[in-house]
Amino acid sequence: MKILYFASVREAIGLEGETVEPPEGVDTPRKLAEWLRSRSEAHGRAFEDLSAVRAAVDMKVRFLDEPLGEAESVAFFPPMTGGAR
Amino acid sequence: MIRVQREDFDPGAEIARLTAGRRDIGALVAFTGLVRDMSEGAGVRAMTLEHYPGMTEAALRGIREEAIARFALSEAVIVHRVGRLVAGERIVFAAAAAPHRADAFAACAFLVDYLKTRAPFWKKEETGAGARWVAARAADEAATARWEDK
Repeated sequence: MKILYFASVREAIGLEGETVEPPEGVDTPRKLAEWLRSRSEAHGRAFEDLSAVRAAVDMKVRFLDEPLGEAESVAFFPPMTGGAR
Repeated sequence: MIRVQREDFDPGAEIARLTAGRRDIGALVAFTGLVRDMSEGAGVRAMTLEHYPGMTEAALRGIREEAIARFALSEAVIVHRVGRLVAGERIVFAAAAAPHRADAFAACAFLVDYLKTRAPFWKKEETGAGARWVAARAADEAATARWEDK
């Protein structure tokens, strides 16, 4: 599974992305983020407070507790801030 | 039409392209967003816009199509820049064209509200005190939410 990080999450982890094989039972973005915490201290810090983290599964925004299904890519990022003031 | 690009755009040229050859458009409302030199009490020299290539284009296409269906638009355009932009530069353009002005005004506001909270862009500001990620504001989410129960 391909994991992508953007904006402050990318900076906190120090990676743009990585390929991982989560164990069975990791079936939502929240469980995936919780599992990723153990990969490094930086991952742990980036995913400490998941209320500030949003996710996209195969390029579609999903709530953290929605099922991952057969996801090929999961992205983690802070709330979006595009557009104008 | 939607575009994500590093280069600047010309609002006049976008409007001309949107209306070229059309006889069914009675109203066109266009919005241009600029990089402001002040944010949350600090001076801003520049900002860098990061995005999620692929998902950004899909999100913008979805927002445009929803606006066209919802407001019976003749046409709609979104252009969003990415990369480093200095204060005063254009950052985003949205335009809605419809037979009647009420739909064009409402649709343009809809496009800009949805851009803020539904498209994967993130802004990092350069201020005198260093660089900082722009935090999402509850007011922006509320501006998007006001369309959802209509």
